[in-house]
Formats: sequence, structure tokens, C-alpha cells
Amino acid sequence: MTTTNVDERVSPLLSGTRAPDFELRSAPDQTVSLAEFRGRPVILVFYPGDWSPVCSDQLALYQAVLPEFQGFNAQLLGISVDGIWSHQAFARDRNLHFPLLADFEPKGEVARAYRVYRADDGTSERALYVIDADGIVRWSYVSPVGVNPGADGILRALENLAEVGAS
Amino acid sequence: MSTTEWEAVLTMPVSEDRDHVQGPADAPVTLVEYGDFECPHCGAAYPIVKQVQDRMGGRLRFVFRHFPISTSHPNAEQAAEAAEAAAAQGRFWPMHDLLFEHQRRLGDRDLRGYAEQLGLGLERFDRDLAEHVHAPRVHEDFLSGVRSGVNGTPTFYVNGVRYDDSYELETLHAALEGAVASQRG
Repeated sequence: MTTTNVDERVSPLLSGTRAPDFELRSAPDQTVSLAEFRGRPVILVFYPGDWSPVCSDQLALYQAVLPEFQGFNAQLLGISVDGIWSHQAFARDRNLHFPLLADFEPKGEVARAYRVYRADDGTSERALYVIDADGIVRWSYVSPVGVNPGADGILRALENLAEVGAS
Repeated sequence: MSTTEWEAVLTMPVSEDRDHVQGPADAPVTLVEYGDFECPHCGAAYPIVKQVQDRMGGRLRFVFRHFPISTSHPNAEQAAEAAEAAAAQGRFWPMHDLLFEHQRRLGDRDLRGYAEQLGLGLERFDRDLAEHVHAPRVHEDFLSGVRSGVNGTPTFYVNGVRYDDSYELETLHAALEGAVASQRG
């Protein structure tokens, strides 16, 4: 592996952990909590910041893959330390039609709870979580910050959830 | 560290029947590109792939699959369907080339102009696009890419394994020659 020491220090919450609940703004007059999606899987996408090139590509890809996520009845949530106004402009500019949550005040609190806050630069890791219908982490992945992790890992995790659910 | 690691490999193997292929079926190296006709990076890679093909001749097989990211590129899906509509009339590669050579002109009228230029049956071409006859094929390509770890365009696979290095000419060419050598090895 070519991961650096910095990346190796990051260990997200592992499968089987209860996902910390949160309630964050998704729009100036709207909040979103994890608990409201109980009963269906949640894909939680931590990304370092609106507007940065890799984030944009990654979220554009997830928007394009959204119908597949919905096929698993999963809810996609993006989350960064940016404020709600930045999120709103970013979503409009990039045609993103899923909630972007503002982990803004206290800054990075949710990222910290999910152990993916980057204290060095005040952003979060590029990290993926798949949380099951009961609010339990079933898959987590931290990508090097400059690397778009794609969507295959998420789909695989959702498939595994569906198999467990069926058996 | 991640809790799960996986290797990005091509989940849908190359099929001579299904795929758009240039070069011999028994070439020692197969280069698969997942691309988007409106993506400027794919446009930059287009002449490089051509040069690598010129250099390697029959030792290289090249496959193009669609990965339109419509979120960023509003004309990409229709362009991909236009390429498939051309394919239905036996003219995939000439359309592929025209689209990459005119990336900023991919509106419906432009696409029809390219069809005309290639001498396609326009009635059928128009109907294919209007009824999105080839959308399922484009989507199948897209999904196979997602499942293979495509994380942006262009993404290349060399003999089925994702190629994460630069697609600058000398780097890509060296990697492909390396793959030829390892086949012999």
C-alpha cells in the first residue's frame, strides 16, 4: 500500500459500532438528523470542502449513481465543515440533489464523533460510512484526501446489507 | 486506514461481441477506457490514445465504454447515445472521433450534423436519439464502470486492472509495453 503515515493514523469507527446521532442544517431553514432515517440505510460522505476539485468530481459521481443507491432504499448525505450558504451555492452550481450537511458549529463536531476530523487543517477526511437501518455502522472507508474513492465500495456494502437483511 | 480494501478490476470482461473494439482480439494488451465525450480530460486523452495505438499497432487492443457524468456534463448522455446510434449503423469509431474532436459542440443539432457527415440513415438516427433506444446500453457501461471502481473520467484499465498512473503519452506507453513484457514473462 502507498498510504502515508498520516493516513494510517486515521481509524474511522468500525463495523458494528453504533453510529453517533447528529442533527445538522441542510438548508437555512431545515435540519437533518441521522435518526430520521432509521429503517433505511444511510450513506454518509465526509468530504474536505465544497468547491475543491476532487470533492466536486466525487459528489458529481454520487449524484450520477444516486438511482442505484435509491435502488437499495439508501439515503445519501454529504457532510463537510462548510456553512450552509456555501453548501447551497455549491449544490446549485454542481447540480447536486441530495442533502449537504453543515458540520459548522461547533465546527467539525460530527466529523470528530466519526473520528475523521483533520485538526491540522480544520477539515474532515474524505471518508465514507454505510450505516444500516438500525443505525449501526456496517462499513467505513477513509480515502487519501486527494483521491476520489469512487462508488463501488458503497454499492458493495449496500449489497452486503441487503443480503444480511434477506437471510 | 481503511476497514476494507479491494482491488479495482474490470468487473465486466471485454466482449468482442458487445464492446467497441479496435485492434486484434489476441493482442497481448487490452486498454479499456471509461470516458465521457464532454469531459475535457477525456478530450486531452483522446489524441494520446491514438498515438499509443499508432506506436503499438496490433499489439494493442483498445476498448471504449461510456461513462457520462451528466451532473457535470449536460450533453454527455446524448453524445454517448449518438455514438451508440452510429454503432447501430456500423459507424461507432468515426462518431467517437468526431465527438472528441468537437467536444464543445455536442448539442442535438451538432450531433445530427455529425450523423449526416458520416452518411448515417438520419431517420433511424433521429428516432434512436428521440426514443433513447441506446440509453440502456450506455447505462450498462456506466454501471459496469461504477462497479469496477471508475471514480472519474477518463479511467483506464490495462489488462483488466485499473491504471492509476498518468495518461501522459510516454507514461501510458511505457505501462502498456510493460504489460506486453509481463505477458511474455
